[in-house]
Amino acid sequence: MAIEVRIPTILRNLTGGDKAVEGKGGTLGELFADLDVRHPGLRDRLVDDKGLRKFVNVYLNDEDVRFLAGLETEVADGDNVTILPAVAGG
Amino acid sequence: MLTIERALVDQIVAHARADHPDEACGIVAGPAGSDRPVRFVAMMNAARSPTFYEFDSMEQLKLWNEMDDRDEEAVVIYHSHTATEAYPSRTDIALAAEPGAHYVLVSTRDEDEVEFRSYRIVDGVVTEEEVTIVDSYA
Repeated sequence: MAIEVRIPTILRNLTGGDKAVEGKGGTLGELFADLDVRHPGLRDRLVDDKGLRKFVNVYLNDEDVRFLAGLETEVADGDNVTILPAVAGG
Repeated sequence: MLTIERALVDQIVAHARADHPDEACGIVAGPAGSDRPVRFVAMMNAARSPTFYEFDSMEQLKLWNEMDDRDEEAVVIYHSHTATEAYPSRTDIALAAEPGAHYVLVSTRDEDEVEFRSYRIVDGVVTEEEVTIVDSYA
């Protein structure tokens, strides 16, 4: 068992074109670090010094992690994580 | 080039007019890979602002899941400018994350005339494209 992470089109150049990848970790932050080992550069597109990047939406089992605990949100085998770039502009 | 039915253009413009002076936003979904916009979906502007728009994150997830289930994609992503021309702003360019989408800009700065223009935004590069409005794809 692992955690499935759905990858948006714009980041699939970092996953060899894969729409979904698997990883592990106890928190979302650990999961992203684990993914970055096999998909270098992915974490940097999701996280900056201050935490989760603005205008990147991350959902754990269809809940926006900003309303949970952000990168500290606990994750477990069998969970589903979805990454979507925000649709926004000026 | 963007080819789009007149009824969809009318729906986008009507949404932009209705939300003026705030920016309006939404998508037109179509079958994946078809490049044909078919299903109009107005989104709420979570920023409720005359100078910014952002899809509500939960509404976006619901719509993206729904498109996945129906084998659709966002063929058109539209929003309005309410005081400036229908050209992507620096913020629009910086945040554009769907290289396959037609980014449609509508300006409602003039009460009578509407500007309706379409762009590709890929890696920070904006390319305007021709818009062909048809009565029906037939």
